[in-house]
Amino acid sequence: MKHLRLPVVLAASALALTSCAGVGGKEDSGGSGDTSAESTPSGTLNVMGFSGEDEVAQSRISAFKAAYPGVTVKNNKGDFDAQQFLTAVSSGNAPDVVYMARNLIGTYAAKGAIQPLDDCIKNNGIDTGQYREAAMNEVKLKDKTYGIPEFYTVTANLINGKALKSAGVQTADIQTTDWDKLEQTAKKLYKVKNGRPARIGYDPRMPDFFPLWAMNNGAELVKPGGEPNLNDPKAVEALSYAIKLVQVQGGWSNFKTFRDTFDIFGEKNQFTQDQLGVMPIENWYVNVLRDSRKNGLELASTPFTDRQGQPISTLGGSAWVVPKGAKNFDAACKWAKTLTSVETWHKAAEARMQTVAKDKSFFTGLFTGNKTADEEIKAKHLKPTGDAGFDQAINNYYSVLDKAKSLNPSPAGAEIEAAWKNAVGKALGGTATPQAALDQAQSEAKAAFDKASQG
Amino acid sequence: MTATAERVGTDGPAEPVRPDRRGRSPLARQEDRAGWAFVAPWVLGFLIFTAGPMIASLVLSFTDYQMIQSPRAVGLENYRELFDDPRVLKSLSNTFVYAAMFVPLGTIFALLLAMMLLQVGRAGGFFRTAFYLPEMTPAVAAAAMFLLLLNGQQGLVNKVLGWVGINGPNWTTDPNWLKPSLAMVSLWTLGGTVVIYLAALNSVPKQLYEAAELDGAGPVTKFFRITVPMISGALFFTVITNTIAAMQMFDQAYTMFYGPQQKASASEESLVYMVYLFQNAFQFFKMGFASAMAWLLFVIILAITFLQFRIGNRYVYYHGER
Repeated sequence: MKHLRLPVVLAASALALTSCAGVGGKEDSGGSGDTSAESTPSGTLNVMGFSGEDEVAQSRISAFKAAYPGVTVKNNKGDFDAQQFLTAVSSGNAPDVVYMARNLIGTYAAKGAIQPLDDCIKNNGIDTGQYREAAMNEVKLKDKTYGIPEFYTVTANLINGKALKSAGVQTADIQTTDWDKLEQTAKKLYKVKNGRPARIGYDPRMPDFFPLWAMNNGAELVKPGGEPNLNDPKAVEALSYAIKLVQVQGGWSNFKTFRDTFDIFGEKNQFTQDQLGVMPIENWYVNVLRDSRKNGLELASTPFTDRQGQPISTLGGSAWVVPKGAKNFDAACKWAKTLTSVETWHKAAEARMQTVAKDKSFFTGLFTGNKTADEEIKAKHLKPTGDAGFDQAINNYYSVLDKAKSLNPSPAGAEIEAAWKNAVGKALGGTATPQAALDQAQSEAKAAFDKASQG
Repeated sequence: MTATAERVGTDGPAEPVRPDRRGRSPLARQEDRAGWAFVAPWVLGFLIFTAGPMIASLVLSFTDYQMIQSPRAVGLENYRELFDDPRVLKSLSNTFVYAAMFVPLGTIFALLLAMMLLQVGRAGGFFRTAFYLPEMTPAVAAAAMFLLLLNGQQGLVNKVLGWVGINGPNWTTDPNWLKPSLAMVSLWTLGGTVVIYLAALNSVPKQLYEAAELDGAGPVTKFFRITVPMISGALFFTVITNTIAAMQMFDQAYTMFYGPQQKASASEESLVYMVYLFQNAFQFFKMGFASAMAWLLFVIILAITFLQFRIGNRYVYYHGER
């Protein structure tokens, strides 16, 4: 037994070390110290999940640095990474402020990974009324606010005008109110070569846009309070229709294979290459498409509507949150406030206008979670672009900003999203009917919700 | 064991050495200490970075641990849930199917490459390096590259198949072809196996082939009667290690079908076990459940390896054995 002494000691030490690494970080910090509007933060501010490369980001970072020169900003550039974030928080090395998609906030708040910001908002006099109501709804859970909204994305149909002309389709035919008519339009726009798609007529953007199609048909996938409602008959009907739309355009496998060849961010994108007639897509894409005009892009746009003809949109976007264990709560709070304030967004817009002028291009709008900022920037900077299609698209996006809705936040948000994505995948792949797939998804999501609600 | 030991001198007869209380000579103890010193870095690394986390994960597998709060003991609940979750079974079956494709294919493919390398003479060094280089390529980069190569419509793989009149499938979007495509991507990193086979092939005594030729054996007979038995140790080793690697496959599947590239297959057919484990740990905050999944996989791998040893030992020839 004496021979085992050293290994046993080492093993015990290793276990203690690794256990500490995995389970540590239990201190419950939450806005300690002076966080009032007058306080002067100092020290280091560790930022996570924020690429911060373009002029809009850089100008806002500069605004913060100018306002709080005593704070050293350390930006760990890169997109939000759940594994990196969770391990940092659980090991007691949490960043101070994190940039994450708003649809994640319900889950992270329910698990206690991020802190309520109510004190931050109150003590710093942050006017939450300036932010869009739908964005604020996304950052709340059980009457507590966990994030400060940043960008805001909405959806409209973007149209390849050349495809419409060649197929003899009018822009007005691109609508999502009359499903039968849309199917016929998609068929007209669809082109096939050697048995494979050569142009997709209408891309319903499945599986990602399933919530939009459910909304189109009047279904609410997550009830207020966070309970999943994935197998609502209207959601099943919407999924069945979207799959039918894919089926008449080559079937899922061919459809997606062809779609995967699109060079979405390149000048030779799916519109300039005539690979796509129409797709619903978020507002940021108009900015990407500006440079494609020299490659013959003829852009048009229509709103994405519900079946009653009213423009609708799902809502996306980001927010600033403060994780549990953040060491510089005051600086984090002021960072979130500064980067999303009306004044700072104005600076960002100015920076964008300088880039636009330098590139001899045009401004396609700035869509933030700050309603006041958006309206002032639009009034000040948005001018006719000289391209009617772009003007139409920009207008469609602005017009749907106040109508956009998000899925309700849920403590089981991540599981709900995984469940519906999995269900849509199975239905698209033909391994389950839409009804069976969504029934199973509902069962899984409900179990996760019940468990999350209990704990 | 004898209780005495002798120190061998260079300039005289063997000098008797007094054993210590445990019957070991000072030299033996000195060698013990040196041995421990040499292996200490590895042992420490193993204890801290492998054994420690393994024990921690075993403990966590009996808890509800959401990474932020302290773990809460739940007994066998996570293990019971493993058998209630249909996706555990689905991901496991996907992984088995993938392994069943990759291991035999990988073995045959690597052996063919190694045999070709034997034939190229002086150029062997170049090709050996070329075959091994993909091993150094990050799996994520390789997977991203293969997404382009395996595209059913514009990918190079199907274009090449088209030249010989084969209408290739939609590798990355057809649910039936997702696992074969993963197996193909994994073939990219067979360089290590090729090098092992090459060494084994080089160690086969040439006299055996000469004797067989004198007896009139052809290439096929020589391959199955001499080459395969003589390299069976290497084959057995790589089958076991490749099976373990296949059961733990993550990078390629995650990058190709679940990563941030918006290329998601949106099909359960590509959900391999480790991807589902990762999702549970870092998307659903179910670290306790993920730990239970890890231990289930450990037990499965252990069982498979045990079975492979039971079967393999009957057929494997070890050079050192009599």
